[in-house]
Formats: sequence, structure tokens, C-alpha cells
Amino acid sequence: MAYEMDFGPVLANTDVLLQGAMFTLGLTAIGTLLGVGLGIAGALVRAWRIRPFNYLFGLYVELIRNTPFIVQLFFIFFGLPALGLRLNEWEAAVLAMVINLGAYSTEIIRAGVQAVPPGQIEAASALAMTRMEIFRHVVLRPALAKVWPALSSQIIIVMLGSAVCSQISTEELTFAANFIQSRNFRAFETYLATTLLYLAMAILIRQLLGWIGRRYVVGAR
Amino acid sequence: MEFTFWDIARNLLTGLEWTLALSLVAFICGGVVGLLVMLARIAPVRWLRILAYSYIELFQGTPLLMQLFIVFFGVALLGTEVSAWLAAAAALTLFTSAFLAEIWRGCVESVSRGQWEASECLAMTRLETLRYVVLPQALRIAVAPTVGFSVQVVKGTAVTSIIGFTELTKTGSMLANATFEPFMVYGLVALGYFALCYPLSRAAYHLERRLNVTA
Repeated sequence: MAYEMDFGPVLANTDVLLQGAMFTLGLTAIGTLLGVGLGIAGALVRAWRIRPFNYLFGLYVELIRNTPFIVQLFFIFFGLPALGLRLNEWEAAVLAMVINLGAYSTEIIRAGVQAVPPGQIEAASALAMTRMEIFRHVVLRPALAKVWPALSSQIIIVMLGSAVCSQISTEELTFAANFIQSRNFRAFETYLATTLLYLAMAILIRQLLGWIGRRYVVGAR
Repeated sequence: MEFTFWDIARNLLTGLEWTLALSLVAFICGGVVGLLVMLARIAPVRWLRILAYSYIELFQGTPLLMQLFIVFFGVALLGTEVSAWLAAAAALTLFTSAFLAEIWRGCVESVSRGQWEASECLAMTRLETLRYVVLPQALRIAVAPTVGFSVQVVKGTAVTSIIGFTELTKTGSMLANATFEPFMVYGLVALGYFALCYPLSRAAYHLERRLNVTA
């Protein structure tokens, strides 16, 4: 007997899916802001070799980049309470995303910071700019402009990776999909629709970051 | 039932072996499929290029977890039960092939157009040009990013724990539940992945630098 596809039971739950998508986007937004912030700090410390933090950040970057996101998430959610740090599923998801993106963006932004010619920094200090001004206008802006495409890709990877947060019952998009398919038993249709929703979100975020990049980072003065 | 540290370590090592096996299968099968997708991506036939492009977009723009679910539940719809191991291997193969195809396309395209034109002047066919002129040069450029991507494949296998494949992460979850020592168990699990991935990362880094010096 051939299986008959039926998307009706899935479409009846569109509101649940859309709400899940909203939460995934929200998680990604917070994770991105804090994660890239951490990455900027890390890149500075690593590129300018500020001891002892550059060693700490180096260790952190290697540890995070060489272990799976889901293990980091489980370690934070299930493991950290042993040290007395008890986080709920949202806090754990955000923390895991920030730590993960922080490590990757440290390396990405560092590459941009190191690509700024030293002469440019010397020229800025000859113009009596303060260290903070030099960092903001002469180092960070061009560095971000250079690595913007790589950073955008990494943000999308983190958004897609957040699907595993459903495993600690964070109620994002995959959690919503699991919930729907557990009630209508239309697993294939539900996950297919969810997958397309993720694809649309990935395209949306890419467009948005491209626009932000052109408007505020690459083209801006 | 009591678990000694040795029991935990021994079970995790068995899980690590499965992680390694799945990574190897996914990487090898993904490499073969990826090569075909890459060839389609640079084919002179327009619809083939569009097909390959859509394939890459689809697998790069959706979560690996969703790809796993779709393979796992989709094959079941065809009337055959699929084991977690098979579903995991199939989904990871698709995932790996899309990324490798895109990485290798970049490598092939970095070989200058003049080489293609020169080969054409020598009356070489497209396939001959690829086989004798372009691919040997692209291969050298491709080594470092390919090794680098293998780290993503190893880490990707962790997601297969969700559909019940008993690799390192799943073994860790079961042990954490049985021993009530999640801190130590997940710490060891992370260490296991690190032991697999860190040498690969270092190798990719060194290969990249060596290539930059000689190129």
C-alpha cells in the first residue's frame, strides 16, 4: 500500500510552527549579539597578544571548535548543576550558543584584525587618536568589513545548529515540530515543512546580514 | 548497579569507535557523492548546474537534525524499516557531499581559466582537461580545507545520537542517566571528541600554511 502524503494536519498547526520559528530567530538574535561581542573581545586579546588572556582565549577557542555543539549544550545543561550553576532550558541554550559563536567569531574576527596594516595604526596614533578610537575606527571597522561574509555564514550555521536545543526542551522550532508530529503522527510531512521553514529562515538571515553589512559595515564611513 | 570509572571509560571508548566508524563512512561516501555533485555544479549543461546548486543550498541551508529526521522517517514511509545506523550514514553522506562539493568547486575554479583554454587549444576534451590538467592542481589546493571540513563531519555525527544511534554522545547520555554523574561523563565525552578533532584541526592548519609557502 502506497503512503499518501497529507500536509493538512501540519498546516493546521502553522501557528505552533511559526511561534517556534520566532523563538529560534530570537535565540539566534541574542546568541549573535552576545557571541559576536565575545568574539570581538577575544579577537582583540588574541591579535594583540594581551597576556595571560590570549592563552586562555586560545584554549577556549580550540576546546569549543573541536567538540560538538550538542555536547557543549548537554555539558552546560546537565553537567554544570554539579558545580551549583543551575540554568533553565532557555538560559542554557543561549549560553551554549554564545560560547559556541564566541569561539568561532574570535578566530574569524582575529583574521580581520591581523589583516589591518600596522602602518595604519601608527598613522592613527600619530594623529593623536586614543587607543579606544584607534580600535573602533581604524581596526574594528575594516576588520569586520573584511570578514563579514565569513561571520554571516557562521551565524547561519549557529541558527541551524540551534535545532538540537530541542533536546533539552527549549521550545524552539524543532521542539514545535516534535510536538506536532507526536500528536498527528505525520512525522515525515511535519519535518519536511519544518525543514523548508529553516531554509527560508537561513535565506532571510543571509539577506538581512548582507543588507546590514552593506549599510553599516562594508560601505559605511 | 555500580559503575566504576573504568566501566564508564570502557563504554565511552566503544561509543568513540562507533563515532569514528560513522565519520569514516560519511566522509568516504560523502566524498564520492560530493565529487559527482561538484562535477554537476561546473557542468556545461545549465539544468545540471541548477540542480547541483539547489542540492548544495538545500543541505547547507537546513539543520543536519532535520535531514536526519527526514531520512529516518522518509525511508520508513517506503515500507522498509531503517536502522538508526543506516539513516545516520545516509543523512551524513548527503550533508558531507553538499559541503565537499562546494569546497571543491572553489578549488577547481581557482585554477585559472587560461589552463582550460590552453587545453582546448591542444584539442583536449573537457574530461581530459579535468583529469590531466585541472584536477591535479585543484587537488593540492583542496587538501587543507578538506581535512578542515572532516572536523565538521566528526562533530556532525554527534547529532545522530538523537535518532538513537549509539555513538559517543548517546553512550554518554545513557551513562550520565545511569551514574548521575553528568559533569564527569559529558566532560569525558567532550574530551573524546577533542581527541579525534584536534589532530585534524592542527593538520589542516599546517597543510594550509605549507601550501601558502610553496604556492
